Amino acid sequence: MSTSQPAALDIDRIAALARIALTADEKTAFSAQLGDVLTYIALLKEADVAGVEPTAHAFPVENVWAEDVPQPGLPVEVALGNAPAQRDHMFAVPKVVE
Amino acid sequence: MMSSELFFQPVTALAALLASGKISSVELMQALAARTRAVEGRVQAFNSCDEPDALAQARASDARRAAGAARGPLDGIPIGLKDVISVAGQPLTASSRMLANFVSPYDATVTRRLKEAGAICWGRLNLDEFAMGSSTENSATRTTSNPWDLARVPGGSSGGSAAAVAAGEAPVALGSDTGGSIRQPAALCGVVGLKPTYGLVSRYGLIAFASSLDQIGPFARSVEDAALVLGAIAGHDPLDSTSLRSEIPDYRAELERRRGPWKLGIPREYFAEGLDPEVGAAVEAAIGHYRKLGCEIRPVSLPHTKYAVAAYYIIATAECSSNLSRYDGVRYGHRAAGATDAVDLYFQSRAEGFGAEVKRRIILGTYVLSSGYYDAYYLRAQKVRTLIRRDFLEAYREVDAILTPTSPTAAFRKGERAADPLAMYLSDIYTIGVNLAGLPGLSLPCGFTRDRLPIGLQVIGKPFGEAELLAIARAYEKDHDWNREHPNL
Repeated sequence: MSTSQPAALDIDRIAALARIALTADEKTAFSAQLGDVLTYIALLKEADVAGVEPTAHAFPVENVWAEDVPQPGLPVEVALGNAPAQRDHMFAVPKVVE
Repeated sequence: MMSSELFFQPVTALAALLASGKISSVELMQALAARTRAVEGRVQAFNSCDEPDALAQARASDARRAAGAARGPLDGIPIGLKDVISVAGQPLTASSRMLANFVSPYDATVTRRLKEAGAICWGRLNLDEFAMGSSTENSATRTTSNPWDLARVPGGSSGGSAAAVAAGEAPVALGSDTGGSIRQPAALCGVVGLKPTYGLVSRYGLIAFASSLDQIGPFARSVEDAALVLGAIAGHDPLDSTSLRSEIPDYRAELERRRGPWKLGIPREYFAEGLDPEVGAAVEAAIGHYRKLGCEIRPVSLPHTKYAVAAYYIIATAECSSNLSRYDGVRYGHRAAGATDAVDLYFQSRAEGFGAEVKRRIILGTYVLSSGYYDAYYLRAQKVRTLIRRDFLEAYREVDAILTPTSPTAAFRKGERAADPLAMYLSDIYTIGVNLAGLPGLSLPCGFTRDRLPIGLQVIGKPFGEAELLAIARAYEKDHDWNREHPNL
């Protein structure tokens, strides 16, 4: 992807990727507001980043290892304590496959 | 208003009163609860508080003290928690409809540590939904007012924490800071706020916004109180893989030991266009005070500052779009009624559960991570992040700390920036670089505007340099009495 293209944000495509149903009003408002934000963040194109390594974390930490020893977890009742719907000690959801 | 009321005392004074037996923790808790009842209708800092539970914790503290088993200076001291920090058995809403009925199944590590120190967990404080905002106006639960002027915002996202401490509803509180969410509201409400070095305080049990930037820290009425609370919550935690191993000094004792004089850097980029003249004058006066104390004041340059807000809004929204994918209506949180299948359940539950700013940020974050745009936005922002971090580390070869304004303006009016997300984002222009670089930053009161609105001075320290940072802040604070002035409520 070239950095020179300030591509317009396809709100329907992105909302679908984000799994959020937007109203028509939200689409209009967000498109305009995020257009302003994208114009602003295009400022980054000016920065000379040639040969610069990306920073994911301010203090890079190596892999953190733990002994492979079982630890107590949340009891089932507690883990299900905030479930919107449950059945037989499981989370219940609408039918996924016919 | 100068006040000697119990509810405006710093923790150090309250701890002395408790230790000498002049007051009990129950009496202190009752005084705070009464104060809260008196002013909360106007301030609206709390999402929830459980007075019987807090009083039970206070009774337990009094019993320990009576048995000669008091645990230290925080034993019996109430502390408010931003409503993104888990307390087992208590509600945790993130000020979102999404979590309106959520109850924490476990304690955050900071909560566990505070309880071990004997502190009383007192109520959960309002914030911008999922900590996304700079005014606390994005809350789905209530609008918090700035105690100094009820028509103005307390700042954000930890606006409830800042307002509660300023209004006398809690002597100290915890917040979280991703782009300035502790320091900016501390400045706007006239209290001390500290964002620790990334990795010093465990994030386990903190609702995640942007995991590479989020850090928990204290709000307090004095630098010494902030040092006490930091000492209680800091330290390595195996439950947070980004938590770093570092020696935790006795921060309060270090305040006495470290006397300077220090070399202090002034970055010209933080005193440019957009800085309110009254804020600038107060910060210049504070710099002048450090000069009088014998500190060497040096200009430094942070040349990539102008890119910080742009880089931040790419990185933070990218991380939030990933973190908030867990809210899908399946295991916890809001579930839409009448979904036709599992995927429809995600779409509808998220549409109903999230407010406008959260949706906007998820959309932006999803966009910058989407196929074809990753290199242009996210990767480039991470490279700019490297440049911003290098700027600071380069400056720290010359100076011990950096002084800046915390916020370009004092508290703004409610509604003033609500319709313009970009204007709101620019409220954090002086605080965001510190998060990108992972550094500790502290805001402390350094004066008032003509309209009696507090002004904050930001002191930025070296990585894991909290002891020095607190000592530098204390050196200014001990010659001023801004923190003994309180709002008329």
